[in-house]
Amino acid sequence: MDGDLGLWGVPLAIFAGAIRVSTPFLFVSLGECITEKAGRINLGLEGTLVFGAMAGYAISYNTGSPWLGVLAAALAGSLFGVLHGLICSLPKVNDVAVGIALMLLGTGLAFFFGKPYIQPKAPILPGFDLSFGLLPPRLAEAATINPLFLIGLAAAPILAWGFRNTRTGLVVRMVGDSGDAAKAVGIAAMPVRVAATAAGGFFAGIGGAFLSLYYPGSWNEALSSGQGLMAVALVIFARWNPVACVWAAFVFGGAGALGPALQSVGVTQGYYLFNAAPYLLTLVIMAVMCSRKQSLAGMPAELGIAR
Amino acid sequence: MSDALSLETVGLTKRFGAFTALDAVSIKVRAGSLHALLGENGAGKSTLVKCVMGYYHADDGDVLIGDRGQEIGSPRAAAALGLGMVYQHFTLVPNMSVAENLLLASGKVPAVVDWKAERAKMTRFMDSMPFRVPLDRPISALAIGEKQKVEILKQLYLDRRLLILDEPTSVLTPDEADEVLGFLRGLVDQGRLTIVMISHKLREIYAYAEEVSVLRQGKLVGAGRTADLAAPELTRMMVGVETLAQPAARAPKPAGDVVLDASGLVAADDRGRRALDGASLAVRAGEILGLAGVSGNGQRELVEILAGQRDPEAGAVKVHGERYAADRAAARKHKVVCLPEEPLKNASVPTMSVAENLALRRFDLAPMARGPWLSDGAIRRAAEKLIGEYRIRTRSPATPIAELSGGNVQRTVLARDLSEEIDLLVVANPCFGLDVKATAEIRAALVAQRNKGAAILLVSEDLDEILELSDRVAVIASGKIAYEAPIAAADRQEIGKRMVAH
Ligand SMILES: Nc1ncnc2c1ncn2[C@@H]1O[C@H](COP(=O)(O)OP(=O)(O)OP(=O)(O)O)[C@@H](O)[C@H]1O
Ligand SMILES: [Mg+2]
Repeated sequence: MDGDLGLWGVPLAIFAGAIRVSTPFLFVSLGECITEKAGRINLGLEGTLVFGAMAGYAISYNTGSPWLGVLAAALAGSLFGVLHGLICSLPKVNDVAVGIALMLLGTGLAFFFGKPYIQPKAPILPGFDLSFGLLPPRLAEAATINPLFLIGLAAAPILAWGFRNTRTGLVVRMVGDSGDAAKAVGIAAMPVRVAATAAGGFFAGIGGAFLSLYYPGSWNEALSSGQGLMAVALVIFARWNPVACVWAAFVFGGAGALGPALQSVGVTQGYYLFNAAPYLLTLVIMAVMCSRKQSLAGMPAELGIAR
Repeated sequence: MSDALSLETVGLTKRFGAFTALDAVSIKVRAGSLHALLGENGAGKSTLVKCVMGYYHADDGDVLIGDRGQEIGSPRAAAALGLGMVYQHFTLVPNMSVAENLLLASGKVPAVVDWKAERAKMTRFMDSMPFRVPLDRPISALAIGEKQKVEILKQLYLDRRLLILDEPTSVLTPDEADEVLGFLRGLVDQGRLTIVMISHKLREIYAYAEEVSVLRQGKLVGAGRTADLAAPELTRMMVGVETLAQPAARAPKPAGDVVLDASGLVAADDRGRRALDGASLAVRAGEILGLAGVSGNGQRELVEILAGQRDPEAGAVKVHGERYAADRAAARKHKVVCLPEEPLKNASVPTMSVAENLALRRFDLAPMARGPWLSDGAIRRAAEKLIGEYRIRTRSPATPIAELSGGNVQRTVLARDLSEEIDLLVVANPCFGLDVKATAEIRAALVAQRNKGAAILLVSEDLDEILELSDRVAVIASGKIAYEAPIAAADRQEIGKRMVAH
C-alpha cells in the first residue's frame, strides 16, 4: 500500500490512528471523570455516545453544518445526563443499574431515530493539515489532526485547573468525597450531582459526534465499539485526574490502532487478536490497579458501592 | 472582634418515626460560658445540637440565639448567625487538602479562587494558633487526632461566636485534649466565644466547663454549675439510680502459655508508606497486654493483620504455636475474636439490621442456619437476648445498625463478639465514644474474659485505660515496639516519652 514508507508506516500509522481512535475515548473519559468526581458512576455513556453520534449526524445532514451537529450531540448527551442524574436522586436507586438501563435506552433510541440517516451523506468535520503541504501525502495524512481532539486536549488541563481553583470545581469534589461535609456547610449534593452527570453527558455526546462526523464519519448501527463502556476503566486508570485522562485515552487509542496499522503493512495473522488489544488492556489495568494491598488513591469516597 | 452568643432551647422535641429522640428539652447557655452537655449513649445529645444547627428540623419547640427566637432551617443559616459545630463524625473532605477544607467550610468560596491570597490568610491564622497542621496535606493522610484538630481549627478560622463541639476529645490524647480545651477556654474567657461541649469525660468537664445540662432518654434530667455537682451526683443523673459496673477483681493467677506470637511484622499502610517496621509481641493466656501509642504509629495495620484484612510483607503470626491464616476457619478453630476501631465502618454492615449484624459470626452455623437456609426466628431470638443483656438501645432488632447512636453501635459489636468463647481477643479503642456506664461495663467484661483465661491484646490511645486494665504494657512508636514492662514496673512518664520518641 505504501511502498515508500515501508515498516516506518507502522509507528506512524499507530500514531495517527491513536489520535483518531483516542478522541472518543478522551471525551467519554473526561465526561465520566466529571460525573465520578461528584460521586456518581454513569455506566450509560455508551448509550449517550451512540445517541450523540446519531443526533450529530442527523443535525449536520439537516442543517448542513457539522458544528451544529456537534452542538446537538452535546446537548442530547446532557439530556441523558440529566435523566440519569434525576433518576439516581430518587431514594433507593442504584446508579449502576440506571446507567445500564440508559445505555440500552440510548442505543435503542439512536437506532430507532437513526434509520433514515444510514444512507444519506452528511457534511463532516474538516481536519487540520498541520504539514501545510510540505510532507509527502502518506505523512501528511498522519499529520492531519481533527479539531475535536484539540478541543479535548485543551479541555483536560482546563478541567484539572477548574477542579482546584474554582468554586464549581471545589464544590463538585466536595460533594463527591463527602456528602456529609457538604451538608454541614449547607450544600445539597443532589443538584450538584445532577449537573455533573449532565456535564459528563455533554462530553460523551461530543465523543459520539466525533464518530459520525469525523472518523469513520458516517452513521450506522455498528459505529461504536464500546468506547462509552470503557470510560469507567479509563477514569480509574487516570485516577480521576483529567490530564491523566489524555494519556489514558492515548494509550487505549494506540492499542486500538495497533490492529489496523499492522494490517495496513500486510500483517494479517492474529488480526482479531490485535483488535482485542484495548479490551485486554482494560482487563490488565483493572487487575493491576485494584489489588487489595492498595486502596485507589484519589477515588471519590462517595462513589458507587461506597455509599 | 465579634462577641459571644447565648443559646436557649425551649421545649425542643424531635421524633424519628414513632421514636422520640428529644422530648421537650429546654436548656440555657449563657453567653461567654463553656457549657457541657452530658448523657449516656443514645440520650439525644447529638440530636439536640443538630437541631440547633439546622441539620435536623425539630418537630416542636424553639431555639433562641442571643435572646432572639431564630428559625434555623439549615447549617448555612446557622453559620450566617455565627454558629459553628464540630460533628461527632468527621465532616472533612478526605481527598482534599487542609487548605481546601478550610476554604470550603466558609461557604463563601469565590467563583475563581485566588490561592495566593487565601493561603497567606490561612498561614497567618495558623501562626496564631497553638496547634497547627500542614496546609497542603490531604485529610486522608492525617492521623485521627490531627483531623480532629483541623475540625476545630476550621471553626476558629471562621470566627464563630457560638461553637458546638460533639465529643471533640474522644480521639485526642489527654495532653492534646488539654492543649485544645485550654486554648478554647481562653477564648471563652476573653468573651469572644460561647462553647457547648458534649463529652463523656468527667475530668474534662470539671476542669473546663462551668455549667452542665444532663440528658437521659431524650429528656433533660438535670442542670447546674459544675462547682455545685459532685461526680457521683452527675453520674447518677446520667444513668439513673444504678451504680456503675465494677471491674471484676483481677484473679491473681500467673499467665499461661503464649497464645499470640507475632514476630517481625512489616506492613505498608494504604498509601504504601511503611507503617509496621518489624514489630514483635507475644500475649499469654489469662493476661491483658496493653499496647499504647499515638494513633498512626502502626496500630491500625497491626490490628488489620490480625483480623485478616491486610497481608504483612514480612513476619509471622502464630496462634497456639501454629501459623495463623486469619480467615474464618482459622479464627473459629483458634477462637480468635478481633474488634477493630470505628466499628460502624470496620466491624458491621451499616445497612443491615441490628439482628443481622449480631448474627454475623454464627449465621452459617446451626441453629441460625439450617442447611442452606437461614432461620429468621433463631437470628431474631439470639438478637433479642443480646440486646437485653447488653442493653443495646435500638427501636427494634430490625433497625439498620447505622441508625443507632455511636455508643450503641459499639455496644452491638461488643455484644456479638464478647458473647463468643474466646482464646485470643484483639480489641482496638473499645471504649472510644462510650458513656461512663458503658465504659465501665466493657472494661469489666474484658477483665472477666481475662479471668476466664483469654489472652487479650488491648490496643488503645487512652493511656488511663491501658494502665487500669493491663497486666503488661507495651508502647508502639513508628511501627516498632518501643517499650515493654509488667504493669507493676510500668512508669507513666517513661511510657509517655516512648510514645512520642522516634
Ligand atoms: N437519623 C436517625 N434516624 C433514626 N433514629 C435516630 C437517628 N439519629 C439518631 N437516632 C436515634 O436517636 C437517639 C439519640 O441519638 P443521638 O445520636 O442523639 O445520641 P447521643 O446522645 O449523641 O449518643 P452518643 O453518646 O452515643 O453519641 C438514639 O436512640 C438513636 O438511635
Ligand atoms: Mg452523639
